[in-house]
Amino acid sequence: MTVPGSWYLILSALLFSLGALGFFTRRNVLIMFMSLELMLNAVNLTFVTFSRMLGDIGGQTMVFFVLVVAAAEVVVGLGIIMAIFRRRSSATADDLSIFRG
Amino acid sequence: MIDLLATQIALPDLITFLIAGCAVVLGALGVVFMRNPVHSALSMIMTLFAIAILFIEQDAQFLAAVQVIVYAGAIVVLFLFVIMLLGVDKKEYLGKDRLRGQRPLAFLAVLIIFVEILTLSRGNWATGAKATVLSTTSPITNVEQIARTIFTTYLLPFEATSVLLIIAVVGAVVLVRRSEERTVGEGQAIELEAESEMK
Amino acid sequence: MMLLPLAGAVFNMAFGKKLKRPLAGVIASLFVAASFVLAVITWLGLLSKASNQRVFNYTLFNWISAGNLHLNFGAYVDPLSVTMVLFVTGISALIHFYSIGYMGHDERFSTFFIYLNLFVFAMLVLVLSGNFVFTFLGWEGVGATSYWLIAFWFERPTAAAAGKKAFIVNRIGDFGYLMAVFLLFNYLGTLSYSQVFSGVGNLSHGTVVAIALLFFVGAIGKSAQLPLFVWLVDAMEGPTPVSALIHAATMVTAGVYLMARIAPILHLTAGVGTIVAYVGAITAFVAAMAATSQTDIKKVLAYSTVSQLGYMFLGIGTGQYIAAIFLMVTHAFYKALLFLGAGSVIHGMHDEQNIKRMGALRKFMPVTAVTFIVAWLSIAGFPPFSGFFSKGDVLAGAYEKSVILWVIGAVSAILTAYYMGREVYLVFFGKQRFDPAVKVHESPKVMTVPLYILAILSAFGGALDLPISHLRFLEDWLTPVFAHSLAPSTISSATRFVLGATDGVLAAIGIAIASSLWIKSASRPAAEPAFLAAGWGIDRFYDRAISRSSTRLSQFFSTVIEVKVVDGATMSVASLVGLVGKYVRKVQSGYIRNYALYISVGALLILGYFLTRVGA
Repeated sequence: MTVPGSWYLILSALLFSLGALGFFTRRNVLIMFMSLELMLNAVNLTFVTFSRMLGDIGGQTMVFFVLVVAAAEVVVGLGIIMAIFRRRSSATADDLSIFRG
Repeated sequence: MIDLLATQIALPDLITFLIAGCAVVLGALGVVFMRNPVHSALSMIMTLFAIAILFIEQDAQFLAAVQVIVYAGAIVVLFLFVIMLLGVDKKEYLGKDRLRGQRPLAFLAVLIIFVEILTLSRGNWATGAKATVLSTTSPITNVEQIARTIFTTYLLPFEATSVLLIIAVVGAVVLVRRSEERTVGEGQAIELEAESEMK
Repeated sequence: MMLLPLAGAVFNMAFGKKLKRPLAGVIASLFVAASFVLAVITWLGLLSKASNQRVFNYTLFNWISAGNLHLNFGAYVDPLSVTMVLFVTGISALIHFYSIGYMGHDERFSTFFIYLNLFVFAMLVLVLSGNFVFTFLGWEGVGATSYWLIAFWFERPTAAAAGKKAFIVNRIGDFGYLMAVFLLFNYLGTLSYSQVFSGVGNLSHGTVVAIALLFFVGAIGKSAQLPLFVWLVDAMEGPTPVSALIHAATMVTAGVYLMARIAPILHLTAGVGTIVAYVGAITAFVAAMAATSQTDIKKVLAYSTVSQLGYMFLGIGTGQYIAAIFLMVTHAFYKALLFLGAGSVIHGMHDEQNIKRMGALRKFMPVTAVTFIVAWLSIAGFPPFSGFFSKGDVLAGAYEKSVILWVIGAVSAILTAYYMGREVYLVFFGKQRFDPAVKVHESPKVMTVPLYILAILSAFGGALDLPISHLRFLEDWLTPVFAHSLAPSTISSATRFVLGATDGVLAAIGIAIASSLWIKSASRPAAEPAFLAAGWGIDRFYDRAISRSSTRLSQFFSTVIEVKVVDGATMSVASLVGLVGKYVRKVQSGYIRNYALYISVGALLILGYFLTRVGA
């Protein structure tokens, strides 16, 4: 008997929360980005867990798509960061707060 | 509780889960709390590896491989490249947040997120008949199962992702390219700068 | 039929600038002429029907359908509207042709014809509409186009001011009209003529009186009756064909038409009829007095128009609707002729308008002189010209109603003959008082031919409704329209004959006085008091009473109310918003993670709500 699915779900909830925490508190854009990836991975883990619990391969297929989208997102996101850094030479998202009220 | 676990769960599975789970959480904590971005990226590799292990543990061998190759192999390396290239591997000050109330509110929100996700995962929200794409118990291998679904049921989304990847590549090139004329990204950056200078 | 002038206007708007000078005018004129031909065809069609079946209601399309309000765009054809359309299009066509000559040197030649076409279109909408709203549309259209036409030479400040004045004074009338329409809709729930007239009998007397009076206010504004006639005189600043069009053929008769149209309403309220009759009679007299002292060739005619319109209202008020329409038609003939003749004189004299500086023009412009004299005899009511018959009918009706009305009318008749005689003698007879160096010339054919046609109509237009039992064509034609609303004729034919003879004598007296005074001399200050020359000082009165006090009120508003109340309110609202913004703007920190936090808090709240609702 393997580890019950609920344990995996608790673990992914924890991972998602940590990712959210990182996104809310860190100022470095790159680290905010990584936190985002953590959250995505938490969701992936949930998908796979449910796939096993329900005996359906659909969950894993969905993870595959999430991976593709995440890869695309990272490429574009890092491109944007590069473009901004080239002008401002700063890695802090807070420095981009020129749109504040 | 422990003996309950001991009787029901095979020991290798339990040990694997515990170690991998600890690695996931530790890695995540590392990402969030390391002051150096390089360390954060390395911590993330740990998390991603551990998740790959958990994938294998749950009979998702193909995804585990993809996880290692794409995430650990490509994405994190990309992150590290950017960090090095931009030379921002300085330590970040993690003391008091400039935004008043941001940090307590963030902790509170994260707590609520955690509780709500747990509540969600406990309940049985779905109603009606279950739509099974392809049963995991079929005799073919995991890779073949995923391949079948991707090239039959999810063919259109799959094609869409290929378009998405092309767009992402073109977009990245346009954003990063350095040229005589102003590119889109640079133009925006110049505007941002001008605006900040005005203040 | 009514769309043709619009088509002409649109055509000229599109191509007018590119066309050679006369062509734009010719095209515009042809459109109106075609409209006239169609009107004649319609008329012949109606004529072939039995007299009680001569009402048609063509519906082109449904314009508005909201709640109880259903408005159809279409034509309401009955003998009254066809009569109107016939002379409106006929005279408009003549004036169009005349304008080709008169406006020949103007820079904005095609623009002028666009306005003229639009004007005729608006007038036709007014006349042919089957409900009060479309009548109002035409009513306003006429008002707007008349503003453009009067202020056509807007480089002259006086012309611009006159246009404005016409527009503003007309607004007062429009207000009355609109109020009446609102009342009608409120009480009857419909605005189509046929339904209103069948339902109006059920209304309380007070309501009917209010409606009738408000419509009369509208008619006063449009037809330049007593308190509101000032605009018409100033409207002389427009080009002369415009004066002819506005005065004779179209705009001012709109009020008379409206009053005739609502005859079933007026019929229910004898008191309002009396008011209308008195206002008309007094207007006729006041305007005639003012006309005796004018020196501008067109202003005399303007006051004369006001006076004649007074006669028409006198006819309406005494229940003699047919007589009023008859006078309107004949007046259209001779007043158009007078204006076009005056225009011809002005054109020939190179824009000289002062009759004191004319004289002996009959030698230079024989055609204009002869046709003008025909019109003069006609307006004076000299038998057997058309004015004699039409005015005779009105005065006979007035005599039936009250002798006082008849006396006022008769005195005005003498005055009419007198002031017109004065004008004719000063312009065409006597000594030459202008600079001999000025080369006076007769007008071109395109201007004189309409004069001929109108002169024939003025001379023999009386034949439309001869006071002999079998020759009352117009009366037979229009009687089905008014049916019950007509005041029954009680006077004997002998009395009628005496009255007619009196009219002729009165005209002769007026002409005699004029010839004795003015044929030799051009300067008789005693007969031209400044007070009358200034139009009874009504303009000055308005200036004092209304313009200045309203200016003062406006100043009060601009210095006190505006600054303290309006600005104060605005500023305090603004500062309140600013104050709120000062605190709220902190939300807009500009930090991405801050925003993300807010977003997730919102999402969490929603999710939490559903969890507590469903999960429990």
